[in-house]
Amino acid sequence: MIYLDNAATTKMSRTAVTAMLPYFDGVCGNPSSLHSAGQAAAEALTDARERIAACLGCTAKEITFTSGGSEADNQAIRSAAAIGARKGKKHIISTKIEHHAVLHTLKALEKEGFSVTLLDVDENGLVDPRQVETAITEDTCLVTVMFANNEIGTIEPIAEIGAICRRKGVLFHTDAVQAAGHLHIDAAELNIDLLSLSAHKFHGPKGIGALYARKGVPLATLIEGGAQERGKRAGTENLPAIMGMAAALEEACASMEKNAKKLTLLRDRLIDGLSEIPHSILNGDRTRRLPGNVNFCFEGIEGESLLLLLDDKGIAASSGSACTSGSLDPSHVLLAIGRVHDIAHGSLRLTLSEETTQEEIDFTIAAVKEVVGYLRNMSPVWRDLQSGKRDYIIK
Amino acid sequence: MALYSEKVMDHFRNPRNVGVIEDADGVGEVGNAKCGDIMKMYLKIDGDVISDVKFETFGCGSAIASSSMATELIKGKPVSEALKLTNKAVTEALDGLPVHKLHCSVLAEEAIKKALQDYYEKNGIEYDKTQFPQCESCEHCEL
Repeated sequence: MIYLDNAATTKMSRTAVTAMLPYFDGVCGNPSSLHSAGQAAAEALTDARERIAACLGCTAKEITFTSGGSEADNQAIRSAAAIGARKGKKHIISTKIEHHAVLHTLKALEKEGFSVTLLDVDENGLVDPRQVETAITEDTCLVTVMFANNEIGTIEPIAEIGAICRRKGVLFHTDAVQAAGHLHIDAAELNIDLLSLSAHKFHGPKGIGALYARKGVPLATLIEGGAQERGKRAGTENLPAIMGMAAALEEACASMEKNAKKLTLLRDRLIDGLSEIPHSILNGDRTRRLPGNVNFCFEGIEGESLLLLLDDKGIAASSGSACTSGSLDPSHVLLAIGRVHDIAHGSLRLTLSEETTQEEIDFTIAAVKEVVGYLRNMSPVWRDLQSGKRDYIIK
Repeated sequence: MALYSEKVMDHFRNPRNVGVIEDADGVGEVGNAKCGDIMKMYLKIDGDVISDVKFETFGCGSAIASSSMATELIKGKPVSEALKLTNKAVTEALDGLPVHKLHCSVLAEEAIKKALQDYYEKNGIEYDKTQFPQCESCEHCEL
C-alpha cells in the first residue's frame, strides 16, 4: 500500500513502539501510588513531560496530557472562555478553516452566551494578522488560530498573530495538531498561551495528546475525579502512550530539518505532476505549506469515486467531498478559500511521510491522471464542459 | 464491514452501459453538481421495448453503481415495466446501500423516468403525468 493519508494518522515509528513496550508489563505501577512501582511510573511520567516541554520551548509544568488533539482544543478554549467570563469578556476570535474540535466548541460557547467572530481567509487559506487585530475588542478573551491547516496544509502567520495578541493582552491558542513534530515550534518565542497537539500525527500512538498552557494561564477542568495533571485532568495517566508520544516527538524534532527537506522535494514533485492534469487546481498556499501536504481539485469529477479507484490501485488518500464526510456539504475549508460546491466535491488530499519514496510519488501521479481521466470520461459534467455547454470553473 | 457491498463495488469498478447514445429516443438528466451527483440516461426504444440504454454519471461510488444497476434492470424490458422501476429495486439489486447513500438510488430511478418522459414528449405520446416525480433533483438541494 502507498499510504498518503498521513494527515489523518501516521504509522507509529519503531522508536515510539520500543519506548512504549516497557510500560505495559515492566513499569506497570500507577504514578499516583506511593510504593516503588508507582514511583517508578511517576518518574517516567516526569521524564516524558520534560522531554515534550523541551521540544516546544516551554517548561514541564506547562504541559498537561490529554486524550488527544480534540480534547486539548476543547480544554484550551474552555479554559480561556472561563478566564474571560470571570472578567466579563465573552468574545472569541477564530477562523473559518479551523478543525471541528475548535469550531464545535465555539458553537457550544455561543449557546452559553459568548459571541464568536470567525475570520475569513484568503484564496490560499491564509489568515490576515491585521484582520485579527481589527477584530479584537475590549470584550475579546481569546484568539484561536490553527498553526497549519489539516486539509490544505497552509501555515498561518502564528508569530505575527501571537505578537498582536500579547500586545493587546488577549489569550492566544493555536491548534498545532498538524504542525507539531513537523514545524519548529517555540511557544515562548511565538507568544503562544495555549497550544494543542496530538501524538498520532507525528508517528506516536493514537489516543494521547498534550496541551501547553503558559505559566499563569489556569486551565479549566473538563474531567473531574482525581488529582492527576494537577487536578486539571482526572484519570490514571496512559503512561505507555505518553512514553510513546515523548519518544516520537523527540525523534520528529531531531530529524525535522532533514525530513522537511526530503518531503518538500517530494511534495513539489507531486504538485508539479498533478498540475499537468487540465482543469485542476492546487488548494492552499504553494510555499507557506506543510512539507507533506498536497491538495487538489479536479473539475468534472467527484472525490469519493476517485478515492475508491485509487484505493483499488493501492493508494490511500482522502477527499473533502460531501460523500466522504458523511454530510451533505463539501469541506468547509475548501468553501472558505472560495472553491464552489461543484469543484469542492472533486477534491483529493495526499499527505506524505518520511517513508514516502519518489517511486511512490511517480506511481501516484500516473494513477491519479489515469483515474481522473477515466471518471471524466463517464461524467456528464465533463461532457458539458468539453462541448462548451457549461463554463469551466477551473481554467 | 466495508462501506459498500460486493455488488456495489462490482458495478462501481465495472460499470455496465457507460456512454452516450447519440440518436437517443429519450434523454433524462437529474441531480446537480452542487450536490455532487448528476446522472444522465440515454434510451433507445424500439416499438415498446428499451433496446439500448447508456448512462453518464458524475458522483460517488454508489451513484455510479446505482446508475449501472438501473440500466441493467431496464435493458431489453418493455417501457411499461421500466416505468415501474423503483429506487428500492435498485438498492435491493445492489445488496443494499448505506443509509446516507440511498438518494443515489432515487436519482437513478428519477433519471430513467425523466428519460422516458422525454421519449413521450418527443414523440407526442399521451401519458399520465402524475406517475412522474415533480422535482427531479435530489431532495437535499435548495436549488
